[in-house]
Amino acid sequence: MTIMTYRQALHDTLRAEMLRDDNVFLMGEEIGVFEGSYKITAGLLKEFGEKRVRDTPIAEEGFAGAAIGAAMLGLRPVIEMMTINFSMLALDQIINHAAKIYGMFGGQASVPLVIRTPGGGGQQLGATHSQNIELFYAFVPGMKVVAPSSPADAKALLLAAIRDDDPVLFLENLALYNTKGEVPDDDTPAEIGRAAVTRPGKDLTLIGYSRMAHVAAEVAASLAETDGLDIEVVDLRSLRPLDRETIVASVRKTHAAVVLEDDWLTYGIGAEVAASISDGAFDYLDAPVRRVAMAEVPMPYSKTLETAALPSRDDVTVAIRQTLAAVGHRTAPLALGVPQS
Amino acid sequence: MIEIKMPRLSDTMEEGAISTWRKQPGDKVAVGDVLVEIETDKAVMEYEAYQAGTLAEILIPEGRNADIGAPIALLDDGAGRPAPAAPAASPKTAAAERSRPTLVANTDSAAPAPALAGSASPRPGASADGHANGASRQIASPLVRKLVRENHLDLSRVTGSGPGGRIIRADIADLLGAPAAAPGSSPAVVPGAPAATPTDVGPTATVPAASAVSVPAAPTASAVSGPTAAGPVTPPAAEVRGSREAPVSQVRRVIARRLTASARDIPHFYVTAVADAQALMDLRSTLNAQLTESGRVKISVNDLLIRACALALREHPDVNVSYGGDDSGVMLIHDRINIGVAVAAESGLIVPVITDADAKTVTQLGAEARKLVALAAERKLAPAQTSGGTFTISNLGMFGVEHFTAIINPPESAILAVGATTREPTVVGDALEPRYRLRYTLSVDHRVIDGALAARFLHTLTGLVENPWLIIA
Repeated sequence: MTIMTYRQALHDTLRAEMLRDDNVFLMGEEIGVFEGSYKITAGLLKEFGEKRVRDTPIAEEGFAGAAIGAAMLGLRPVIEMMTINFSMLALDQIINHAAKIYGMFGGQASVPLVIRTPGGGGQQLGATHSQNIELFYAFVPGMKVVAPSSPADAKALLLAAIRDDDPVLFLENLALYNTKGEVPDDDTPAEIGRAAVTRPGKDLTLIGYSRMAHVAAEVAASLAETDGLDIEVVDLRSLRPLDRETIVASVRKTHAAVVLEDDWLTYGIGAEVAASISDGAFDYLDAPVRRVAMAEVPMPYSKTLETAALPSRDDVTVAIRQTLAAVGHRTAPLALGVPQS
Repeated sequence: MIEIKMPRLSDTMEEGAISTWRKQPGDKVAVGDVLVEIETDKAVMEYEAYQAGTLAEILIPEGRNADIGAPIALLDDGAGRPAPAAPAASPKTAAAERSRPTLVANTDSAAPAPALAGSASPRPGASADGHANGASRQIASPLVRKLVRENHLDLSRVTGSGPGGRIIRADIADLLGAPAAAPGSSPAVVPGAPAATPTDVGPTATVPAASAVSVPAAPTASAVSGPTAAGPVTPPAAEVRGSREAPVSQVRRVIARRLTASARDIPHFYVTAVADAQALMDLRSTLNAQLTESGRVKISVNDLLIRACALALREHPDVNVSYGGDDSGVMLIHDRINIGVAVAAESGLIVPVITDADAKTVTQLGAEARKLVALAAERKLAPAQTSGGTFTISNLGMFGVEHFTAIINPPESAILAVGATTREPTVVGDALEPRYRLRYTLSVDHRVIDGALAARFLHTLTGLVENPWLIIA
């Protein structure tokens, strides 16, 4: 075990995989000489050379297409979209090609491509650079979407993504890069499609992924201390495939759930999770499933407004308290009047 | 089989709530027996049986509402479809409801077969969920409904404490025979080992008890029970201050509806006057001394005020009116002077009415007011005793309130809010003198009463208070 940042875990894993497998190579904007906008690829150009760490023009569709071709012919490209917002320029390549080639052509070629990209707001980057649109990819059969919330998962899921034969969108998060945690030294990949119960509990199931899984763990720990609540936290880790089994098993135990997401509420990933709970745990629910999500606005630039638009720890706490009140837990005063999804 | 229906117990009643079932399924019922106590917008009233028989089934459980005319129970009078031989506390699950006719059918060959063939169809007048009134469907969480199915529980006596009255897991902890644990630590309930028993064949099947089906075995729950359990302990509810939901009683709902309508629809204005009440207090103490001496009941300031208002209304009949509504083109001028007295009963505000108050003596008014207040406290007021008022007095003087304003009690057009009678420095001639003073505020419906009329009415009233012999004359 080593304690390191999420950023470091990504860097070290990329490097280790490049050392392990010569077919692994990197492409993206500013990842070489500039060492990446978020410094994930620091030092890799120097170590592996231009052939395996390729700076590209500002042309997402172009390098995504190039990577798909390379993957079809046996290489294992890991491309970096500077933020998930820019991946929209490559939507056609990713959705119409990467995700479909294996199925459309009778399995003649698979596309072992990894698209690393950070999502997330809260950095005052404005409406077009602060989005959480992983849903676009999680929506599409043929894609896999993983979203680690901890340094350990960043490593385990990146290992799994690089070694997977299907295209994987690997969702990072701007707010998580500097978070620290223990990372195992061995290189056992995670199982894509498997959620994790990161905190066992019995009073309520709190479900999140990426940054909100992190928030969920913090809120659960804080409510355990202040209110003696025993909240179970489920980190989805993988948005497609979605681990409905773990979600349902948890809610069957706790009888109540709050689902967190950084994206918009309507049609969001939380809606899919809530529907899965309704399917699998209807007879075990003692209260309606509640969702906490971002305000349905283009992300404001103003710091105050941006903070207000993003789901906060307080929003999560209120949703938990309201849900627990609905199942007869009268433990703490409700902060009435707080906007609620 | 006779359907017992929700009766109309007062003119303004639209629906009633079952307060207490005095007979249970299986009980013999004789004509005149009290079947049930029904809470209306005005009072809790006993409802007697008009036919004899055996109470077969309760359709509306305690605490639930039903519209007037909706069936609330079935009485077996020996004719038609009989009740099950065994007293059946019927489980209120949909499945049980639907299966009952089949079970019942076999016990009586005389019953018409065709009706029984369609056993899946619910009883006429009853909706599929077994409730006579679709609007009164008992809300329960999916978890509760599952536990009810598996354990054959009867929810008819369970009051939901969740939002909107939803029955939640915590509400049925007792029925499950489990220790009342926090909901989250709920025992994992597994389907009964001796297979699912038939839904309702007799008392044994319907009594949940601790029928071996609930196993308190939440695997990870280390802190489930026992004071020795380590780890964080949820503080008892009493120690935590917060907000909780409480059901709104029928009485309170009527208060809310009527007073909202009054405050919204009636253009209120307020006229306050102050009276020198020294003479009134002197009169009362003289009178009470003499009344006590002769072994009679004493009178109160309020009794005197009721009569003073009645006399003032007689002098100003234009105040004793009701606005007929914008479309009617008329207002009603009441010949009778019926004075309501606002009573702070435990269940909420209620206004019993003293009819023809202008034709009664102060002693009579006092006796009648005391009787009505006592009935109000017990919620035994008959509908006639709370209707027909033409003017209301609300007195908060006993709480030391100096003065306040009241909301008109429709269809009346005025209400007098009476403050405390207190000794104050008063200018008499050129000197200050401690004298009793009394403030009251008349709330007036400006659609039918103008300011000058309100002022003249108060002037008359003040004249009476300050010359109290005129009140008892």
